[in-house]
Amino acid sequence: MNIHEYQAKEIFSKYSVPIPKGKMIENADDAVSAAKEIGGNIWAIKAQIHAGGRGKGGGVKLAKTLDEVKKYASEIIGMQLITHQTGAEGKLVKKIYIEGGIDIKNEFYLGVVLDRTSEMPVMMASTEGGVEIEKVAEESPEKIVKVAIDPLIGFNGFHARKLAFGMGLTPNQVKHFFKFAKALYAVYAENDASLIEINPLVLTGEDTFIALDGKMGFDDNALYRHKEISAMRDFDEEEATETEAGKYGLSYIKLDGNVACMVNGAGLAMSTMDIIKLEGGEPANFLDVGGSASAETVAKGFEIILQDKNVKSIFINIFGGIVRCDRIANGILEATKKTKVGVPLIVRLDGTNALEAAEILKKANIENIITASTLAEGAKKAVEAVKGV
Amino acid sequence: MSILVNKDSKVIVQGFTGKEGTFHASQCIEYGTNVVGGVTPGKGGQIHLDKPVFNTVIEAVEKVKADTSLIFVPPAFAADAVMEAAEAGIKLIVCITEGIPISDMMIASKYVKKMNSRLIGPNCPGIITADEAKIGIMPGFIFKKGKVGLISKSGTLTYEAANQVVLAGLGISTAVGIGGDPIIGTTFIDLLELFEKDEDTEAIVMIGEIGGDLEIKAAEYIKENVTKPVVAFIAGQTAPKGKRMGHAGAIIAGSKGTAQEKMEALENAGAFVVKSPADIGKTIKEKIINN
Repeated sequence: MNIHEYQAKEIFSKYSVPIPKGKMIENADDAVSAAKEIGGNIWAIKAQIHAGGRGKGGGVKLAKTLDEVKKYASEIIGMQLITHQTGAEGKLVKKIYIEGGIDIKNEFYLGVVLDRTSEMPVMMASTEGGVEIEKVAEESPEKIVKVAIDPLIGFNGFHARKLAFGMGLTPNQVKHFFKFAKALYAVYAENDASLIEINPLVLTGEDTFIALDGKMGFDDNALYRHKEISAMRDFDEEEATETEAGKYGLSYIKLDGNVACMVNGAGLAMSTMDIIKLEGGEPANFLDVGGSASAETVAKGFEIILQDKNVKSIFINIFGGIVRCDRIANGILEATKKTKVGVPLIVRLDGTNALEAAEILKKANIENIITASTLAEGAKKAVEAVKGV
Repeated sequence: MSILVNKDSKVIVQGFTGKEGTFHASQCIEYGTNVVGGVTPGKGGQIHLDKPVFNTVIEAVEKVKADTSLIFVPPAFAADAVMEAAEAGIKLIVCITEGIPISDMMIASKYVKKMNSRLIGPNCPGIITADEAKIGIMPGFIFKKGKVGLISKSGTLTYEAANQVVLAGLGISTAVGIGGDPIIGTTFIDLLELFEKDEDTEAIVMIGEIGGDLEIKAAEYIKENVTKPVVAFIAGQTAPKGKRMGHAGAIIAGSKGTAQEKMEALENAGAFVVKSPADIGKTIKEKIINN
């Protein structure tokens, strides 16, 4: 789960990670009073969406007068912000964050992320503040300094020193950096974060550090023990069908093709998409109905798939193990009664009692059900069915 | 022979008396696995599925000489259960539980290594040595005995692959589901090493997926150390970037962890990479004949 910049900064603030003064508003009429409350004579008006690249898309503006604050606030709230991460249709901006100006001496990048190789969180810093870290990693990897932090010992002075001297900081700046980085690690560790990015991290005229931006992601598996963070979830930032699927224990991701698939197990579901593509089709989605497919989950799966009007055929690929195929076949028949499926339905059931299952489907004699006995055959028929529609 | 588990493995089930634990433990027993008991804190002294129940793992180790544990404990308590097993001297810990917090696993995984135990999973179907021991949730009958070792990050895709191997007229020595989480106890390399040494394994199927770099590391290892034919498939060739594909670890971060880069690395290392998941069985057969 990801959160907005203003929410990340709320958490930073609780841990004494310095941030500029700021306020989130949802109504442009509140912009001027918010700017007055913040004080100063320069303000940043920032669109609050999860996607990156907000500045380039026109979602971040610098206001030098209160009139400009009002102007930019009303421009940004309600805009359809398009960035390289939002897709062509962009994202409707409902909230903005107004932030006071700060004295910038230098800009850096600072991030914490799980390193799967060392199985530890890694803190990364770069002298290229404001530039995407991926780009720096590709073009000038020598500008990135990293330290892995063993969770058993936590964040220590030597971690900070390795980063700080690598960033070219002066001894006085190193002290301030240690304090900042230690607090940031606490934010990461104590909240089960999966990612924190501060880009840019600002070095001020007084040689202190301040988080000018803040991006945070969390480990979904640990949300159950962080109620306050769970409450920060913004459903507007999620694909509605994906959220709905999640409620029923289904894992669904919409794609751009027209051959839908419904599969038990994530690995097999990905493979099913792959084989649809290899057979010359385009997968419409990823859908894992879980290890044990039942009539209810299959029916819900149909409902979700059919919300996508591009879908021209559905490939059900289920490998029955402990759950027997004959029961799944009955489940599919039951589900087709609950939800009307108007497109060809290619069914491949393999594993326990596969033959009995094929018999059940054959006997039911439903016009749009086409059976297949192998993965390849099923994919082929599903792709062909699209051409026939 | 075979790897890691056989008919002599003395298995306990942690979370023995729960719904999942009860169902799968009875399936394992039916398969012929030597289940010597189970652990459910607070139910020690009872008999469940004709086996003794203990309050703690250490008790099970002392009283029934357990050396292997199968874990069905809910996610919030699973890391604790893994560490308890390691502390008690269990040598092989198989954790089926899905949804364990990453920060819990970071600590548990390190502790297991420190105690010289081996963890398989979490979020995996378990391990099976055909006709000897099934320590997991897979449908046992698919895994007909033979000489192909199978390593996979996925559950049902493992069954699909095993089924193809069997339909090709071959069989399985041992099959291991290593799990789809970002942090897992046993990786491809550990098992490639064991299968390479195992006299009963002639060829290896490895099934990876997008996310992380375990397959790239495996490729480096194969190049230097594996002489047996390896057939590899990577799931998620059509997966979009930045989206988690069901498994917690199956995500392309930025441009890292794509199926394409993994397939390329494995091919360069001399593995036989199949593009289609439907070609696993027939390719392994070709390679065994050629070998």
